[in-house]
Order: sequence, then structure tokens, then C-alpha cells
Amino acid sequence: MNPVLEVVLRLVIVLLAFVVMSLVVGQTEHKVMAHMQGRLGPMYAGGYHGWAQLVADAVKFVQKEDVTPRDADRWVFKLAPAIALAPYLVAFSVIPLSKTMVAADLSAGVLFVLAATAVGILGVLMAGWSSANKYSLLGGMRAAAQLLSYELPMVLSAASVALAAGTLSLTGIVSAWHPLWLLWQLPGAFVFLIAAVAELKRTPFDMPVAEPEIVMGPLTEYSGLRFAFFMLSEYAGIVVMSLLFTVLFLGGWQGPFSDSLGAVWTLTKSAIISVVIIWLRVSWPRVREDQLQRLAWLVLVPVALAQLALTAVWVVLSSR
Amino acid sequence: MTDHQHSQGPPPKAHSVIPGLIKGLAMTARTLARPTHTAEYPDVEPQLPPRTRGVIALLEENCTSCMLCSRECPDWCIYIDSHKETLPATTEGGRERQRNVLDRFAIDFSLCMYCGICIEVCPFDALHWSPEFEYAEFDILDLIHEKERLGQWMATVPPPPALDPNSAEPQEIAAANKPVRTAPTGSV
Repeated sequence: MNPVLEVVLRLVIVLLAFVVMSLVVGQTEHKVMAHMQGRLGPMYAGGYHGWAQLVADAVKFVQKEDVTPRDADRWVFKLAPAIALAPYLVAFSVIPLSKTMVAADLSAGVLFVLAATAVGILGVLMAGWSSANKYSLLGGMRAAAQLLSYELPMVLSAASVALAAGTLSLTGIVSAWHPLWLLWQLPGAFVFLIAAVAELKRTPFDMPVAEPEIVMGPLTEYSGLRFAFFMLSEYAGIVVMSLLFTVLFLGGWQGPFSDSLGAVWTLTKSAIISVVIIWLRVSWPRVREDQLQRLAWLVLVPVALAQLALTAVWVVLSSR
Repeated sequence: MTDHQHSQGPPPKAHSVIPGLIKGLAMTARTLARPTHTAEYPDVEPQLPPRTRGVIALLEENCTSCMLCSRECPDWCIYIDSHKETLPATTEGGRERQRNVLDRFAIDFSLCMYCGICIEVCPFDALHWSPEFEYAEFDILDLIHEKERLGQWMATVPPPPALDPNSAEPQEIAAANKPVRTAPTGSV
């Protein structure tokens, strides 16, 4: 096949899968959250149980006026939603769904994904800084502090898996995965999941957008399509983080009939993780800013370091 | 005293948060498994209790234009116009009778606060609560409903709830069942 055509085709497929999966997660959040609160959630849009609610929301957001505050730093303000969303798209494109189903198989996939998702911080920080609004600024600062704190345990626990597999390639990690990993990488998995939820700025770690305190944090001044982009980036973040968790800790496509059903296994496992992330949001209250930092530095980082040490010892002993 | 001791003592020890977190997760999971409580209103008619204060219906025949409801209304939202008519005597040489004829009876539901005082105060049971509630309008002025509209709502007034077992007879029935008092006979 013509290489240019192939690249374009892959890009289109990745973009479609990215948007569709994000919307599916968003719709799942609507429905799961509603039923967990004894409600029904959207029931009208699209006819069957409101399946098209997010499409309808998008249509509404497109129609709304795109307001830029007079004192805002215009270019930064307008660019921020894209900066928040694009890294997840980039990260998404290198996560393998099955042994062969991967848009771009990198030899240092873990590093690339973690680096790409970390850029997302920049979008939120830009939004908070450029809005010319004190609540936005507070939210942006909180987001930056939170994301920097939780980046460390996340990287450490991912490093533990990479160490155990002996490779930084995501496909390599899944190939080296063994069901026993569920047991001896469990602390690391917990740390990664908690850090992932914090990275996504979702309850219980949604200090940056805490409505009762700082309106909507960095998103306060946004409206219309740009606001929708931030919302989409939240759902896209859940998709990317669940896929990443699945690939790193749950063995990705490994399972019965993994040769033919590989992608189904990956998607099923990450769907479960997505629902867990939604479940946490419905069940738990928001933690305070100091509790948030305390959890990161006094619990997650030591646990991640211990996990890393354990993995290192294991790898050295088993390689003899 | 206890407050003072509290402020002097060390801050209360932080209990382990894990049981609480698990409890929260279990609660939401259990709610997810149960059917929802949502009433799908426009698709499914709500089951309203018989004494619902939806709208005030008027039984025009019972109204004597006595104005009691209008005067008791805290919002002054009831408008009544009436005139007197003279009825010719029914018997030869009898006296002519006058009666009130209701020209206008209107309730402004944009003012009404649904206190029900008018219904309580009506001595002739001309006003009734109806559970009907779907009479929203686009213009607030359209919420003044005249007696024709108020009369239509009479059809939706539910029958009064049944009496409790072993309760006393209603006044009307008790009066009807009373033996006719005969003129006293014998000595005074």
C-alpha cells in the first residue's frame, strides 16, 4: 500500500476510535452515575435510553457563543483546549489493542505515553493562567501542583512493570505478562490507578475544578466548543488511562482465544477499569488539597518505591 | 466544660478511612443493582394522592356570590362579580324573592399560593381541590381562569376519601337518619 495513504488511513481510524470510545465512556458515565444515584439518566436523545445524549450536547455546544474574556491572553486562552485534548490522542495512538492492532508500535511506548499525557497538564495550566480570572488561576495552580505530585508515583509504578517485563515497549510488556503479575504487581497497580484518577482530575481528586470553592477552576471562563473540548479530554483521558492500565497491569489482549479475540479482551478489561473510575467518582467525596498532597507523597510514592524495589529484587533473583 | 476539654486535648485521632471508602462503594453498587425511583412524568402519568392541591375547581351551582372566599384570600386573587335578580312570587299573593346571580368568578393562578383557605371557608362547598396540574401558560396573564374553565375542572375532583372504620357518621347522614321528632303528647 502507498505509505502516505496508509498513514492517513491509520490517522483517521485512530481519530474515529478515539472520539467514539471517549463518547461511549461519557455516555457510560451518564448512565452508570445516574443508576448509582437511583436515577435513569438521559432517556430521550436518540430514542433508545438516550444513547445520543453526548451527540446532542455537542450540537448544543457548537451553537453556543464562544466567549473570550476581554482581559484574557487570547492566543493562550484559545489554544488551551487543544493542548488539553491532543496529548491524549497522541498517547492513544501508540497503545496496542492486540498484538497487531496498534497504530504505531514504539520501542519505548511506556515512556512516550507517560510523556504525552503529562503534556495535558500544560493545557489546564494555560487555561487557568490565561483566563484573567482568580478562580481559574487558583484552579490552574491546583491542577499543576496535583499533576506534578501524582506524576511521580505513576511513573514509578509504570517503571516497575517495565522492569519486570524487561522492555519499555507496550506490546513487549503485554507479551511478557503473566497472570502472576496480578499478585506481585498489585501494590503498583493500585498506585497507578489512584494516580491515574488524580491525573484525570476526577473525584475524589477534583480539587482543581472544585465547584463549591472555585466555580469551575480553569474551565470557568470557557464556553461553547472550547468547553466541550475540555469535557471530551476528560473522557478521552479515562479511555487512555484505562487502556494503559489494562496494557501495563492486566495483560492487555491476553486471555482465552487471544489470537482472534485479542482486541476484545483489551477493550473489555479497559471498559471495566473505566467503570471503576466512574464508580469512584460517584462513591467518594472530594479530598482536601493538603490531604491530596499527603496521599501522594506519604503513601503513593513510598508504596511505588517499595514495589519498584520488590520488582528489582525479583528480576535479579529470577535472572540467575 | 466538655468543650473546654476538647479544645485543650489533642486533636481527635484520624480513624482509618478504608472502611468508609468501601462502604461508599458498596452503597453505590447496591443502588446500581436496584431499580431506579425516577417517575417518567410526561410518558407516565404521576400517581397523585387524592388530596393533591393541583388546581381549584368551581361548582358554579353552589356559589351564592357571598364573597367569603374572595375576602379571605390572602393574595386577593379571586374576582367575583354578581348582580341581584328578583324572582316573581311562586304563589298567589306571595312575596317576591331576590337572589344573587354570579356574573364572573375568576381565580388568578399567578397570584394564588394554593393555601386552600377559600376552599375551607366556602360555606356551600362550591370550591374544591382538583389534582389536575397541567395548566401552564406562556403568558402570565393567561393564568387568570374564569368560571367556565374552573367549572371544567370539577370533573377531575376526586370523591372524598372514605371514612375511617368505626368513625362517626357524617353530619348529613346522621341528620337524615334521625327519627322525625313528633309533637310532644301528654302533659306539658
